[in-house]
Amino acid sequence: MVSFSAVAKRYPGGQEALRDVSFSLEAGELAFLTGRSGAGKSTLLKLIPAIERPTSGSVIVNGQNVASLKRAAIPYLRRNIGLVFQDQKLLYDRSVYDNVMLPLAFSGHAPREAARRVRAALDKVGLAGRENASPIQLSGGEQQRVAIARAVVNRPSVLIADEPTANLDAESAARVLDIFVAFRQVGVTVLIATHDLALVERYAGRILKLEQGRIA
Amino acid sequence: MRAWARQHRQAFAAALRRFKGGGLLSALVIGVALALPAGGYALLESLRGLATRASLDPQVTVFLKTELKRAEAQALERPLRADRRIATLRFVPREEALRELNAQGLSDVTAALSQNPLPDAYVVTLRSGELDLLVADLARMPGVAHVQADSAWVRRLAALAAIGRLAVWMLAFLLALGLVAVTFNTIRLQILTQREEIEVSKLIGATDAFIRRPFYYLGLLQGMAGGALAVVMVWLALALLNREVRVLAESFDSAFRLSHLPPGDALAVMALAGLLGWLGAHLSVSKHLREMD
Repeated sequence: MVSFSAVAKRYPGGQEALRDVSFSLEAGELAFLTGRSGAGKSTLLKLIPAIERPTSGSVIVNGQNVASLKRAAIPYLRRNIGLVFQDQKLLYDRSVYDNVMLPLAFSGHAPREAARRVRAALDKVGLAGRENASPIQLSGGEQQRVAIARAVVNRPSVLIADEPTANLDAESAARVLDIFVAFRQVGVTVLIATHDLALVERYAGRILKLEQGRIA
Repeated sequence: MRAWARQHRQAFAAALRRFKGGGLLSALVIGVALALPAGGYALLESLRGLATRASLDPQVTVFLKTELKRAEAQALERPLRADRRIATLRFVPREEALRELNAQGLSDVTAALSQNPLPDAYVVTLRSGELDLLVADLARMPGVAHVQADSAWVRRLAALAAIGRLAVWMLAFLLALGLVAVTFNTIRLQILTQREEIEVSKLIGATDAFIRRPFYYLGLLQGMAGGALAVVMVWLALALLNREVRVLAESFDSAFRLSHLPPGDALAVMALAGLLGWLGAHLSVSKHLREMD
């Protein structure tokens, strides 16, 4: 599903974010990417949806080498990858419903089918009935769950989250992680970057530890 | 196919929302800018209509020798038609010339004449080239008594009209550039206000085409609305001017009025404005979305 081999990423200016990273995740596998701030977690995650390109090595997602993907093919890759960011990146000028609807607008689903999927996604994250709320009215944990609903509404095969619990209290964080873990049961590959080791230990997930740009 | 149509409908709806939220003012700017050349064009066309009798295209009268027989006179038509410098050709028999003279109120004078003193004539208009050269050539033809170019003032008028047309086209060109610039800027501002939405959309799988589409529609819509406003402004201005023109024309016993832009031309103004708006949007989107990568 997701496979890195000998991946290195050097930023202009010479800073080496990743060196010789190799690992592979099967379909339905849950993995936590841990390590200190600056260890390269975010960089590694950004390589999967081609937000960044590796300097060398290959990143294979669903059988495609993302490293050499043409620019025009990237949107189609991203539709098959659910992305959850630390800062949610919700749009505050529209309702929860419209936020979750956003990815379906690109892929041109029929309105009835799209509406059904949005409701199903909101239901899965426990926000059924909050469709018309504005994201600003929601708590941090609820906002993160809206972001998850938006990430999964296109039924991606890979779900990636960068520090999704960083700004949440323990209870909300556990709830958010429970939702991620539930997706793995329907065959979605889940990769979560976090520095909260205590939380990670409660789940039976693989741990990929990054230290100074290498998998330790 | 249905998904494609739906996406275009959505993009158009989005463009319409953005247009209502500030595009109207830009459309007004575009409208005022386009009204100038469109109005100038309408005025020139009207003046061209005014001058039909003494057409703006230089007219030359070829008087034939009075002793020429009718058949000989008509035989001259062939060589004249063969001359490529001549655009139109009309034979005026002497009887018709006399009737025209009578109609102009000179019947008392002509009645005193025992016979028709007028010659047969050809009236030709020049297609291109030197008027003087054509006059000289015509004068050398056998059977031609005299060639008269109603030259001086007609040529001045034609030259003035040519300057006017050139000025209108230069104005149109400059203001078309202005239209593109206005659209470029409105679209830039739109992109800035929607920066977040565009960035998030790109991250979660929107194609460039999806992101660009509403902006193209916005440019097109704004341009066409501006074109429509220009047409309305020109129409109103000509209608107002015509109230005064009528008073003036009536004092000359003339039914002359400034004519409005024909529907085809009005549509052309709107279509061109829409196209220029689209172009402005294209330039703006290409530049500013690349910067966001």
